[in-house]
Amino acid sequence: MSPHSESPTPAKQLGVFHVNGETHEVAFAPHHTLLEVLREDLGLTGTTHGCELGECGTCTVLVDGTPVLSCLTLALEVAGGADGDPRPIETIEGLADGPNLHPLQDAFADLGASQCGYCSSGFMLTANALLRDDPAPDRAKIRTALAGNICRCTGYVKIFEAVELAAARLRGEARQPARETLYGS
Amino acid sequence: MLRLPTFRYHRPRTAAEAVRILAESGPKARFVAGGTDLYPNMKRRHQSAEHLISLARVEELRGIDGDGPAGTCTIGAMTTLREIERDPRIGAWYPAFVQAVASVSSPLLRNMGTIGGNLLLDTRCNYYNQTEEWRASIDFCMKERGPICWVAPGSPRCYAVQSSDTVPLLCAIGAEVTLLSPGGERRVAVDDLYRDDGIAYLTKRPDELLTRVHLPASGAWSAAYHKLRRRGSIDFPVLGVGAWVARDGERIADVRVRIGGVGSMPIHATETEAMLRGQPVTEELVRAAAELSFKPARTMDNTDSEVPYRKKMAPIFVRRALSECLGL
Ligand SMILES: Cc1cc2nc3c(=O)[nH]c(=O)nc-3n(C[C@H](O)[C@H](O)[C@H](O)COP(=O)(O)OP(=O)(O)OC[C@H]3O[C@@H](n4cnc5c(N)ncnc54)[C@H](O)[C@@H]3O)c2cc1C
Ligand code: SF4
Ligand code: FES
Ligand code: FES
Repeated sequence: MSPHSESPTPAKQLGVFHVNGETHEVAFAPHHTLLEVLREDLGLTGTTHGCELGECGTCTVLVDGTPVLSCLTLALEVAGGADGDPRPIETIEGLADGPNLHPLQDAFADLGASQCGYCSSGFMLTANALLRDDPAPDRAKIRTALAGNICRCTGYVKIFEAVELAAARLRGEARQPARETLYGS
Repeated sequence: MLRLPTFRYHRPRTAAEAVRILAESGPKARFVAGGTDLYPNMKRRHQSAEHLISLARVEELRGIDGDGPAGTCTIGAMTTLREIERDPRIGAWYPAFVQAVASVSSPLLRNMGTIGGNLLLDTRCNYYNQTEEWRASIDFCMKERGPICWVAPGSPRCYAVQSSDTVPLLCAIGAEVTLLSPGGERRVAVDDLYRDDGIAYLTKRPDELLTRVHLPASGAWSAAYHKLRRRGSIDFPVLGVGAWVARDGERIADVRVRIGGVGSMPIHATETEAMLRGQPVTEELVRAAAELSFKPARTMDNTDSEVPYRKKMAPIFVRRALSECLGL
């Protein structure tokens, strides 16, 4: 097999990343994606890698509050440097408030919406952006918003229920999961 | 990790600067918009770029301007599909366009992908959209590095498939684009932007930057887009029908039907159109005219789904799209 003639790996360059409210100066390879910089340079391995081709959604992070695929985002596009400020990035590591889990994390745990857990960070970040936009989305809207996140374990129903439960709790309602959701009917 | 190959990165601030950098960087330079088509292709090593010219900071390529009914509505090439989907003006003036935009991939990809990138999307094929190792194991095909076509081994050409959702619709409604190069600007119909060749699938020259999409005056016509795919949540179209109808009372004054996902360019359903033009609107006529799209919608076995099924569905989707336009 003859790979494309590829130039030698270029020198790393310095850039500033604004992740979960903290600023990091990182030396990174200019052809690396945000996913690679998060996992390999910043050690933030909560953002998982699946297909790396845009098909599965597990690498979802928020950039400027909008869910995007970190496997298809060039790190250079979000880094700050001489010609601009870094763009704010949110990953799963920033979801909890200190020792207190985010209502989405609680709800995913309570309802078994996270089984192997590989897809969970992507789902929770996409859902978080949705709930900031619309605190009371109906099931159809949740399904549509999460259409780019793929889960091979749960069958999705528990995930939709967890998002609904978290939404209710975020609205200040003291909602508990339905008995049949936890124990079956 | 499936990593990108290395490249030199450029970040122009204006369209003129972007075009100049491309011209100065030689043949192995490419623009990148949202990267949702180009980066997967580069990771699989079937597209490459020694110079990557990012359009992300070219502000003049963003945004929606003008007035639909007045016929001055333009959309900057770097406007994301999400922005189009959420724009109330576009929704009111061009609902069928929003229907097509909203059917592209997934919400996450629409947050990143742009309308310019969608119009210029690389053609697709089961033997091409594979990793380098996969392709090496059966030997490369002629769209990238190899000598032959695996779909039609005796063929001198490539049959990779036009797979963008907005293309059939924008062709059908008569939208146009502006292309900018060092030699100046030109405006072409989206319908004239494509060629029936899976490799050289665009009439746009490599040195041209797509700057704006121009939508026709909204109002006295209706349009529809109907898409067939395996998973409604994310998949590319294996059939995408864009239809446009202008009525004159109970008669069909004019009609255009473009079928995507079946050939290297959007297919013109010429006989279907001819049978309808000037005729009174009836369900029987639409049904009969739609049947005539079976022949031109000749698909190859190089995308998802079975060929006989896709062929059978083409007239059905043409009928549905036309019926929606006509309120049947
Ligand atoms: C899993 C998955 C599913 C998908 N499903 C669909 C689908 O269902 N329907 C669909 O239509 N698409 C689909 N896509 C493809 C893609 O997401 C969209 O077509 C998107 O709109 C491409 O836009 P982009 O800005 O990301 O393009 P890019 O990848 O940035 O660019 C695409 C091509 O156009 C060139 N280019 C981009 N902008 C310009 C410009 N202004 N001037 C000149 N050249 C330019 C680039 O050099 C490149 O060759 C899918 C992609 C993935 C990964
Ligand atoms: S149609 Fe043939 S030449 Fe074209 S990409 Fe497919 S296998 Fe390759
Ligand atoms: S790893 Fe990014 S979409 Fe699958
Ligand atoms: S919990 Fe295993 S993939 Fe979703």
